Amino acid sequence: MSDGHPLIEARGVSRILQETVPVMLVRDIDIGVGHGEFVSVTGPSGSGKSSLLYLLGLLDVPTSGSVFLDGEDTTGLDADALAAMRLRKIGFVFQFHFLLPEFSVVQNVMLPMRRLGRQSEAEMTERGHKLLDELDIADQAKKRPDQLSGGQRQRVAIARALANDPALILADEPTGNLDSKNSEIVQEIFAKLVREEGRTVVAVTHEPGFAEATDRNIHLVDGRVDRDTKR
Amino acid sequence: MFWQVAISIAAAQLLHRRRQTIVSTLGVALGVGFFIATSSVMSGSENDLVQRLVNNSPHITMKDEFRTAAKQPIFVAMPDATVKLTNTKPREYLRGIKNYGAIIDELSQQNDVIAEAALTGQAIVRYASKDVGASIAGIDPEKERYLTTVERDMREGSLMRLKTASQGIVIGRGMSARLGLGMDDLATVVSPTGLVRRMKVVGIFSTGNLLLDEGQVYMLIKDAQVLLDKPFIANRIRIKIGDPDQAESFAARIESRWGYRSESWQEVNRDFLGLFVIRNTITYSIVGAIMVVASFGIFNIISTIVMEKRRDIAILMSMGFRAYDIQAIFLVQGAVVGIVGMLLGWCIGLVLLQMLASIEFTIPGMSEKQHIVLDRGFFQFALGGFFSLVSAVGAAWYPARKASQVRPVDIIRGAA
Repeated sequence: MSDGHPLIEARGVSRILQETVPVMLVRDIDIGVGHGEFVSVTGPSGSGKSSLLYLLGLLDVPTSGSVFLDGEDTTGLDADALAAMRLRKIGFVFQFHFLLPEFSVVQNVMLPMRRLGRQSEAEMTERGHKLLDELDIADQAKKRPDQLSGGQRQRVAIARALANDPALILADEPTGNLDSKNSEIVQEIFAKLVREEGRTVVAVTHEPGFAEATDRNIHLVDGRVDRDTKR
Repeated sequence: MFWQVAISIAAAQLLHRRRQTIVSTLGVALGVGFFIATSSVMSGSENDLVQRLVNNSPHITMKDEFRTAAKQPIFVAMPDATVKLTNTKPREYLRGIKNYGAIIDELSQQNDVIAEAALTGQAIVRYASKDVGASIAGIDPEKERYLTTVERDMREGSLMRLKTASQGIVIGRGMSARLGLGMDDLATVVSPTGLVRRMKVVGIFSTGNLLLDEGQVYMLIKDAQVLLDKPFIANRIRIKIGDPDQAESFAARIESRWGYRSESWQEVNRDFLGLFVIRNTITYSIVGAIMVVASFGIFNIISTIVMEKRRDIAILMSMGFRAYDIQAIFLVQGAVVGIVGMLLGWCIGLVLLQMLASIEFTIPGMSEKQHIVLDRGFFQFALGGFFSLVSAVGAAWYPARKASQVRPVDIIRGAA
């Protein structure tokens, strides 16, 4: 996998929100995150943490600069091409679980697989259960999301992010809505994904404990990289 | 593969808002059902009327007149003459179709053509000091039974008895009642020229048409020729052909062949047929309005779902669903409502048709119970289904497009 270039890289990325008064969300960001890194992004609110994450996750498009995923320049790609890249290479976990309430837990996990459409129904079901098993919620597979606790839901969301076996997991305040015990569980899951499966995790957080557990911390202030510390 | 996802998401969301889904589906179903019922009645009555026009009367009637008055020979010979003659009347000719026997023979040689010479005129039927004005039709009973439905409408006696009885007439039930004139009674028939004959009633018919039942008298053409003092003359040639739709061109052909004015049933009923166009326009616009109202229901529910599901849309997009995929999900919802509405609507339509068919009513002047004539054609169902699908998918289109334009970042940022 590792062939010199970082997994995800921002080169001179700025993002301006064209409102009545233009808002600069991030400016001149130059960072690269390699394979197998566990990165936290911190900063005061309004510092552009989430905006940076959406740009790295190809959910948003920079006003200037380029985002490279796996060495490929994503500048100028249309929405469909970006969606296809997200589908195969990126898994998102948000502060809110965003599970579809009409589907069972395992069906939610299978949604990205269904969209990719590379596996048979049986294979997808098997993988869905396997992911839930790895996250210790196999017994909840048939339940509806609203029958689960907050911590369990977030674990389902992580399982869904892993559905298509992406190299990059992007998390936006994944523990922001959880109690300390569940926060810890989620942190451990991310650490395990990095250490044992060699995935890359970039997580926005404002919890010092979470940030300390990561290998590298990028601290943003006013849309710029203030500190980039590796441990 | 993808469609499975789209359909499963679409179905799950519709089922989640079950009550609204049912209401808007019922809206479509009622629209389709009433469309089928209305257009069956409309199309049925139209077909029935045309059938009556076509079957109850000859397809073509050749008359002893010309479309334009014949010119005096001098105007034909010298169209650009210098001297102008005023008050020159058109050439006079003896009324009647000349040599009708030869025309009948020639027409009858063609396949599927029945041609009958008839002599019509006016007379007074008198019985026991009461009298009634009557239209006389001198006919050929053998052929008349193919040309009109009199034979079928006979209540007593028969048309064929004209042939065996001497000086027989066939009258309508209305005239029979007014004059107290029954079967085998001898009536006095007085012609306009003053000829008086005593004729025997050999048949009574009832068509349901007041004018015919009170005023029409049938007799043999030779009796009519004597009564009206027009020996060897016919003034109508009545023709039935194999394909009624060809009547117009057939009429034009024989008119140019013999010159006598020949009217097809279409020409005679032109205004009637034109009315159908107006009637159909009204019918379909009203039914169209029902479908439009139904499609507002669909628009409403899908818009609501889109508004409600913005988060789900955002997460699906962040997962890697394309804008098109999202649009498809909501179009599928419209299509599902449309298809289910169509199937339900067909059932409602069948039930309505059953109910309409069972209605019995009587029209004043008609003795038998009438039923609404229905056109239970496949066409009504197909058209109703087509309307339902088009309006459902059409109504879903705008909200579906709105859904596909959701920017996931805005939603996720707003939610956080």
